[in-house]
Amino acid sequence: MTTLALQKPASITMVGALNTALRDALAEDERVVIFGEDVGTLGGVFRVTSKLAAEFGEARCFDTPIAESGILGMSIGMTAYGLRPVVEMQFDAFSYPSFEQMISHLAKMRNRTQGHWTTPVVVRIPYGGGIGAVEHHSDSSEAYAAHTPGLTVVTPATVEDAYGLLRHAITSEDPVLFYEPKRLYWDTADITLPIEVPPIGKAIVRREGAEATLITYGPTLKVCMEAAEAAAADGYDIGVVDLRSLNPFDEDTVAEELMQTGRGIVVHEASGFGGFGAEIAARLSERCFEYLEAPIQRVTGLDIPYPPPHLEHNHLPSVQRIIDALAKVF
Amino acid sequence: MNKLSEPPIGELAFGYPTVSATDLIAGYRKMVIGRRLDQQATNLAKQGYLTVYPSSRGQEACQVSAALALGPTDWLFPTYRDTVAIITHGVDPVEALTMLRGDWHCGFNPLGVRTAPHSTPLATHASHAVGLAMAARHTGQNAVALVLCGEGSTSEGDFHEALNLSAVFDVPVVFLVQHNGYAISVPSHKQCRAESIADKALGYGMSGVSVDGNNFAETFSAVRNAVESARCGDGPTLIEARTYRMAPHTNSDDPSLYRDPAEAQAWQDKDPIVQLQTSLIARGLLDDAMDESIALEANELSAELRKGVMATPEKDASRLFSNVYATLPPHVLQQQQAIALQETYS
Repeated sequence: MTTLALQKPASITMVGALNTALRDALAEDERVVIFGEDVGTLGGVFRVTSKLAAEFGEARCFDTPIAESGILGMSIGMTAYGLRPVVEMQFDAFSYPSFEQMISHLAKMRNRTQGHWTTPVVVRIPYGGGIGAVEHHSDSSEAYAAHTPGLTVVTPATVEDAYGLLRHAITSEDPVLFYEPKRLYWDTADITLPIEVPPIGKAIVRREGAEATLITYGPTLKVCMEAAEAAAADGYDIGVVDLRSLNPFDEDTVAEELMQTGRGIVVHEASGFGGFGAEIAARLSERCFEYLEAPIQRVTGLDIPYPPPHLEHNHLPSVQRIIDALAKVF
Repeated sequence: MNKLSEPPIGELAFGYPTVSATDLIAGYRKMVIGRRLDQQATNLAKQGYLTVYPSSRGQEACQVSAALALGPTDWLFPTYRDTVAIITHGVDPVEALTMLRGDWHCGFNPLGVRTAPHSTPLATHASHAVGLAMAARHTGQNAVALVLCGEGSTSEGDFHEALNLSAVFDVPVVFLVQHNGYAISVPSHKQCRAESIADKALGYGMSGVSVDGNNFAETFSAVRNAVESARCGDGPTLIEARTYRMAPHTNSDDPSLYRDPAEAQAWQDKDPIVQLQTSLIARGLLDDAMDESIALEANELSAELRKGVMATPEKDASRLFSNVYATLPPHVLQQQQAIALQETYS
């Protein structure tokens, strides 16, 4: 009876999965330390670090002054003594003061020092909109990081991946920018943790489809699944690929799908101009041009500053906009 | 360390312990060597063997004090102008100049010599020192981190964040600001309205002192005191060392466009090496024979540096991809293979 009860999957939120991942990492590896704004006593504004300070002590999980650049800078210094800092930037747009530390130091230390000083830091960034937040709380800044050599850029779209990818990120020897889609924080899954997921750099085909492929990640996976379902009702067989990591980019998996379907649509919430979707479209056009039935389309956030909450639905990729893009390629 | 058996020499600065004859002589020797190597580096830059060289000239008392005040497990966090400090801290002079020679960004193993890579972005290395000191304490290691920067850096947000964090977490860090008069061309009165950079310490709840950065005894005494105070758990200290950048910003700068030659001449008369030399001779601690022997050693090291820098640098393009990541992402791997192929066919 006891065994059965233990094996029964429990309903867990993405926040809960992330919290468990951090707890398990702290328990397994004494080099892991967690810090940031409000992550200690409060457990983070989204409660991702809930109770960790109480369980592991202030030396392992602690609050810092409001200083995003300093937080990231300290984490870099800590790696010289072999620590594995996991820092939290409270909201996407509040991570910008740390941009110089990210670009000039975190990403480059291994390279500058010819491999002598490596910086296995994880920077957790709650990102994206769709939660009715006021300005500066809904940005999608992942493309800046993906553009920077030296950084690994990961974003989970499922509760399972929230746990599994964060565990992978913490054991990675490279600095990882870990973008957590805020609007999925309260999604639930009936799973038992710990759970193993494919490594960073491996995309997952979330839905097989023979006629077109939606390529997406993080916050827009669900809308892609809904669009594929809606298209299926009209007789179209549409597949969905979840990238899971932007860098490394699993071009092989995406190319394999596109070479079968001949039609690709990239969907992401960040603005499209100069964005990550453009990189995907360019790379796949170079590689699979002769297999394509139509130019690769992009469905993205508009090229405007993130709108106020009552207007954000106009900005976010919707089922209708994806269907409209599909209509262009058939 | 200060040898109590010897007669105390040097002015008592802010109530700090005075400096022993041994330390004064050691400091003088390192300053003379530092000046000679600095001159050699400037020559090498003018002759095209270094891409650029930001000289330490005039700041030797500060930089030698910083390095000599540190113990064997302590860390130095230098900027691009701190070559004399880096060399005095024990980094091989050729390796210290690797970045400026242009064959790699950092020529030494920072973890091996407890010296961070030169920080070219201003003040961003200060929070690294704070994190490093926290990690040392966390792992039970004895380490003090000393951050070097100029007064220009104190205008950066990162300077403020690092000082505040160091005080809040009460970590063993010493911030030594070499107030050398100019941030490239901008004079310090356009940089900061505070009477002294050290006054900023009050706002962070840490100790702050201002010293004559051209007086080795005073500077060394203050830095050593701050280092040992940090080591004992008494927290961080901010030190302003008032000095002067005797040389241009780099060999490609023209100070005549922004500063009065009379001002530079006045500071020439306060040359930290000449001041210490005069003081040592007056106290009977330095004679011609010793001075000549130090000069000879400096010349030999300078010749070695010249030879080392002029030796053919490594220019292997395959190194471009080494250490970008632990494991290269596929798109970078493709580029690496493409470049390897080009080299094979060329």
